[in-house]
Amino acid sequence: MSVGYRRDMRWLGGFLVVLLLAPPLLSNNYYLTVLTMCCLNAMTAVGLSLLVGHAGQISLGHAGFYGLGAYTTAALSTTLGVPVGLSMCAGVGVTSGVAALVGLPALKLKGHYLAMATLGFGVILSILFNETVEVTGGPSGFTGIPRLSLFGVEFSSDLSVYYLILAVLGLVVWLSFNILHSRVGRALRALHTSEKAAQAMGIDIARYKLFIFVVSAAFAGLAGVLYAHYLTFIAPASFGFLFSVQLIVMVVLGGMTSVPGTIAGAFFLTVLPEFLRAFENVEILLFGAILILCMMYLPDGLAGGSRRLGRLLWKKMVVRAAKDEADAEAGEGGNG
Amino acid sequence: MDQASLLQYLITGLTVGATYGLTALGFTIIFNTTGIINFAQGEFVMLGGMMSVFFMHALGLPEPLAIVLAVAGTTLIGALVERLAIRPVRDCPAINLVIITIGVSILIRGAAMLLWGKDTFALPAFSGSAPIAFFGAALMPQTLWVLAISLLILAGLKMFFSRSIHGKAMLACSFDPKAAALVGIGVDRMVLLSFMISALVGAVGGAILAPITLTSFDVGVMLGLKGFAACILGGLGNPFGAAAGGLILGVLESLGAGFISSAYKDALAFVILLALLFVRPSGLFGQKDGKRV
Repeated sequence: MSVGYRRDMRWLGGFLVVLLLAPPLLSNNYYLTVLTMCCLNAMTAVGLSLLVGHAGQISLGHAGFYGLGAYTTAALSTTLGVPVGLSMCAGVGVTSGVAALVGLPALKLKGHYLAMATLGFGVILSILFNETVEVTGGPSGFTGIPRLSLFGVEFSSDLSVYYLILAVLGLVVWLSFNILHSRVGRALRALHTSEKAAQAMGIDIARYKLFIFVVSAAFAGLAGVLYAHYLTFIAPASFGFLFSVQLIVMVVLGGMTSVPGTIAGAFFLTVLPEFLRAFENVEILLFGAILILCMMYLPDGLAGGSRRLGRLLWKKMVVRAAKDEADAEAGEGGNG
Repeated sequence: MDQASLLQYLITGLTVGATYGLTALGFTIIFNTTGIINFAQGEFVMLGGMMSVFFMHALGLPEPLAIVLAVAGTTLIGALVERLAIRPVRDCPAINLVIITIGVSILIRGAAMLLWGKDTFALPAFSGSAPIAFFGAALMPQTLWVLAISLLILAGLKMFFSRSIHGKAMLACSFDPKAAALVGIGVDRMVLLSFMISALVGAVGGAILAPITLTSFDVGVMLGLKGFAACILGGLGNPFGAAAGGLILGVLESLGAGFISSAYKDALAFVILLALLFVRPSGLFGQKDGKRV
């Protein structure tokens, strides 16, 4: 295995350890909820970063996939009484299937046209969530979704759900790293650079694009089903156009191609509004301003910013060490 | 269906479509000089409507003056957005600039909410609201205003781009910024100008639509979406396509609302848009761009 792969795996290990140890340090349950939401958003954002950052495609409809997973499992488990484990699988399955159906024609489009097509698809789904009241409960939401239970184990406490969701996030990130370090990952980067050149090298670009689109939608669907059973209540407002935009912002703010960066972007954008809640009325204003400033001063995202900061500190340390050495020598010279 | 109601839906669709077209024009102008999609375009439209209401009710100005001030104010905001948030980072990848415009739109929306609250406001119609009978359909005087002013703006822009030196310089920038700079065109100034014109066109659209559809701090999101859809429908970068795309989108929506269901009117418009994109991947009037490898 390559050096990069080992480095990524080490990072993933460290990340999981930190998040495993985090809950006892949190003073109340509210913070645990925020942390769980961070993990769910990170799951969707990581999937999207595969599509946007690595394959160079775009989707402004991922909130729709997230919602599709949530509503499918909600309707199956609550209305039809299907066991939760089965309905969750169905939720992810339906999301992937729909993504394949939409992706097949849509991925022929490029750039802004692809953005529009996925955006339109997201808007259509969001209207369906709102209007098919007998299935989804309409704008007032879907209540009474059973809590998570898998293989006869019921995840009754918030803490147990958190650990489950963290484990799934770990799995998603592990899968993503494996995809990126495989032949598929190289093919995606090739078609990002130039579709024609990739094609000339014998890469079946249509198939790879569809594959990564479906994978990324499946991650969103997976996050969606977990979300539905975690909160036991869903409403269409959570799955609208603005959430799709927010997901893209997480990816770009994270630094486009970096999985750790994307996760940092997702955590940052999920925690920020909670943190800004203290400012009440100016909350949205501050959120917009911080977003603008971040993009202006961190053009390569949180990942690039932290890399630069690291390099700067390193340089400072090296310079200081050299200077100390020089001073020491000068001192010795003076004495002698 | 009878003819009168068909005509009625057509008129409604054209009226709303005209403002979609104006929003789409705003997108196109900025896209052509910078290559970015300005997500704050819908906010410019919102500002046009909301500031008109504000100047009229809070300051007691007569309506025409209030609208002129609102349009001027929005144009100024457009200029500020370019100077403060876009120009300092002009060399960043396009996606970063797009995210910045998303930030700007959140900021403007937040400021509007803070200043004017979450209420819905109405602007009085420009010349009364007694409907005019027109082949069995009712024609509101405001509809005529909307169509006339939209046409005027279109004609004005056409003149600007084909006759004036600034317009030609902007066109040059849209073809090739580097070559434009080489022949002595200040590309930076043209980008600033494009933001101002976009804001102006958007604000006019917002002000003339406000008497028909009411306005509030958050109307920009949906209008922006529709404007972007209209651009894509017509073929991105083509001003004529943008205007036509807006009208087509408006009429489709209105017919969908009338004959199928008003709840699904937006969904219907987007379904048709998707279907069209799958058949014509670069919009109705867009050119297929051959990119060299």
